[in-house]
Amino acid sequence: MTDSIPASTPQSTGTTPSASDDAGMPAAPPEATRDDLATTALLEDGATGHAFEPSDVEEEEEPTVTLRVWRGDASGGDLVDYTLPANEGEVVLDVVHRIQATLAPDLACRWNCKAGKCGSCSSEINGLPSLMCMTRVDELPEGPITVTPMRTFPIIRDLVTDVTFNFEVAKRVPAFAPPPRPDDGYRMQQIDVERGQEFRKCIECFLCQDVCHVIRDHDENKAHYAGPRFFIRFAELEMHPLDTNDRRELVRQRMGLGLCNITKCCTEVCPEHIKITDNAIIPLKERAVDASYDPIAWLGRKILRRHKRSPEEASAASPH
Amino acid sequence: MTDYETHRYDVIVIGAGGAGLRAAIEAKSRGLTTALVCKSLFGKAHTVMAEGGVAAAMGNVYPEDNWKVHFRDTMRGGKYLNNWRMAQLHAQEAPDRVYELEAWGALFDRTPDGRITQRDFGGHRYARLAHVGDRTGLELIRTLQQKAVSMDIDVFMECKILRLLQDASGAVSGAVGYWRPTGEFVVFEAKAVVLATGSIGRSYTYTSNSWESTGDGHAMAIWAGADVIEMECVQFHPTGMVWPLSVRGLLVTEGVRGDGGALKNSEGHRFMFDYIPEMFRAETAETEEEADAWYEDHAHNRRTPDLLPRDEVARAINAEVKAGRGSPHGGVYLDIASRRSPEFIRRRLPSMYHQFLELAGVDITAEPMEVGPTCHYMMGGVRVNPETQAATVAGLFAAGEVAGGMHGANRLGGNSLSDLLVFGRRAGMGAADFAESRTGDTQLDAGQIDAVVADATAPFERAGGENAYEVQQDLQRTMQSLVGIIRTGPELEEALDKLGELRERTAKISVEGSRAYNPGWNLATDLPSMLTVSTAIAQGALARKESRGAHTRDDYPNPDPELGKVNFVQRQTGERGYAAPIQIGPEPLPEMPEELHELLEEGH
Repeated sequence: MTDSIPASTPQSTGTTPSASDDAGMPAAPPEATRDDLATTALLEDGATGHAFEPSDVEEEEEPTVTLRVWRGDASGGDLVDYTLPANEGEVVLDVVHRIQATLAPDLACRWNCKAGKCGSCSSEINGLPSLMCMTRVDELPEGPITVTPMRTFPIIRDLVTDVTFNFEVAKRVPAFAPPPRPDDGYRMQQIDVERGQEFRKCIECFLCQDVCHVIRDHDENKAHYAGPRFFIRFAELEMHPLDTNDRRELVRQRMGLGLCNITKCCTEVCPEHIKITDNAIIPLKERAVDASYDPIAWLGRKILRRHKRSPEEASAASPH
Repeated sequence: MTDYETHRYDVIVIGAGGAGLRAAIEAKSRGLTTALVCKSLFGKAHTVMAEGGVAAAMGNVYPEDNWKVHFRDTMRGGKYLNNWRMAQLHAQEAPDRVYELEAWGALFDRTPDGRITQRDFGGHRYARLAHVGDRTGLELIRTLQQKAVSMDIDVFMECKILRLLQDASGAVSGAVGYWRPTGEFVVFEAKAVVLATGSIGRSYTYTSNSWESTGDGHAMAIWAGADVIEMECVQFHPTGMVWPLSVRGLLVTEGVRGDGGALKNSEGHRFMFDYIPEMFRAETAETEEEADAWYEDHAHNRRTPDLLPRDEVARAINAEVKAGRGSPHGGVYLDIASRRSPEFIRRRLPSMYHQFLELAGVDITAEPMEVGPTCHYMMGGVRVNPETQAATVAGLFAAGEVAGGMHGANRLGGNSLSDLLVFGRRAGMGAADFAESRTGDTQLDAGQIDAVVADATAPFERAGGENAYEVQQDLQRTMQSLVGIIRTGPELEEALDKLGELRERTAKISVEGSRAYNPGWNLATDLPSMLTVSTAIAQGALARKESRGAHTRDDYPNPDPELGKVNFVQRQTGERGYAAPIQIGPEPLPEMPEELHELLEEGH
């Protein structure tokens, strides 16, 4: 794995979750062309001879911010530098908006809420999968800020990628299946709903999907791998106090749960701080394995005549 | 001739927030072919930003609560300008809609005995909001989204609708738009169209709304000849973030006050006690002791004035800042840190905690927040039949924020999520009934389609014209400064003049690049909607020569009982489109039955 992008900027400190983990935590932009440009330093934009004028020594230099944005489409593209005056308290998305308003009106990026609640403005900032609306400029290392599209998904244009894969996987998740509602309503305890609530905080930014090396580095795995976002969906259904379906064999056999080797990259990039690996994937692996191999569970099923549902049976409720 | 793809459905729903999703689920459940069309990715609609909860008189926390009290609260909050029948249906049906979500997988917070718990909110007599921490909107949209996926509803995402299509009789028979990723045009032919396009907040500089809230549905309804009502009634939420500038306007949930937070000025004074209006005096605490005791015991204490309806609180904050008692960045303080434990705050308000910590560097468990009013919600909208949500043009339906009438002059917090569910479902039923009974083929007029496409692509034909972003910023400044929270006649007239200039500039916009995912072009196609709704807001505000609910006229500071009996109705009777004038006039509100009148007067 190359680390070419961050190399051109000072590496960040402990706040960067990737610092302790290099397992498939790729920092390189999607195309080789982006690599080439990444090493073209910003020096061109730097000193312009101003420094020789004595008056400038006294004056406060107007602070600036430089965004190095990947521009292009499926046929290829380049990193392009944009330098603007810096504003206090801005996030990366603010700077992108100012670039659109003044320098590049056709710069494509997704965004909606600008508050970390909708999960639209996912990108890679200095190589780290991040939300542009929740990344403050003043908390990034000095120097140009590199903004590239999510690498795991096909490029549409500039910072916008085709995330259809995720919506297709969603169709293969069998729906929630509660028992009939009792006359006085369903009852659930707060402590029991809280397990599922953690996973339902998911804003579907797909940064966990982007960072997951199972599909980031192996496009062919997309056909049989649901990815962290959908493992937490399966975990949520599995732990829902009312659900009656059994999706364990489905998630093991058809959703590629076994391909995850618990590097926790997904947990590290999750903007909602969901403990994807510890609270969803590992328990799900344990339950799926219990369903298949645990002799005591097997005996229990025999004695209690509890049926383990096959992937086909579990999917019967789903239209796809 | 233009190249475009065509899709045929019984029902198309434009907008995939709560109302659109609920409408599509209903139409699909009737066995009709149904499509959802949305401007963003599926599941990103502005509903995700709703924080506090769904108002529904389930009585799980206060058994004395019922639909009658909810109806009364809604009408009083709306200063009686509401469509009474909508307010009644809403109050009666909201509990079933919440339980339905639970059966579809939503995980609401629970009471100790395992039922759905409910929280206090402004203007609601009892703790009434079913919620999930402070991310209720996300839970609602995800639940409905997953339900829609399980029903195999067709979704056309990142598809912007430009205009409705009408047959020779004037009935709506489809819509034309474009795919944002490619810029290619697409035509939908449908027996019924549901508008669920949300709000108009993007016409203001400081707003809690996302970029999508450009009022497309309001505008398309007007351009189709449908009536809109109460366009002057724009809600400014009292508590938006004020600093840093880049997040100015971002919402701070009313749940902060519902859970014990208090508003204070720069002198540390809880100023809301100085702004209790006559209408709410009998039910509002007069001392801090009583207000604080109310949180624990509603039966023996009156509610805190911090939870007066939003229009009252927004005006009070505005007045404090004007009087020089504001915070350093032009807001006031919202303090929960000194009133509740850090654990309580983090558990009840997790996303507020993160929002302030990450965006403003403020730890709300240790310091007060700075807050001020932000453009939040559009009460006005398409005039609809309360039972079916049918607009005044055949084949057209509207639900959620794009529909008018439900909330009168001011919406109570929590009533929008319940509105989406109750009237989204009703719009789906209305549209399904209409589609089933519609006879004859829907005929699309190729000339209409070509004209829409020609208008949309015109900016590429021009060079060196106006910049769409600059026109948008000037529009936002005009609305913010001249049609904002406090209004005057001369300023509104000035705003209308400026909007005229902006219409001319919009006709001269030029765009560079291709049509594929081009935000500059996308904005150019949003501006006609923004101009139409802005004009309607300013015209309505000029016509309503009184102060009522969210509409405040400095030159007419009091309510006028005669104007309290009318809606200002706007429509295009002749020429259509953003460049054409919109006619406006008063029409009487529907007559409320006597037994409902009595509910309002009862001293509940």
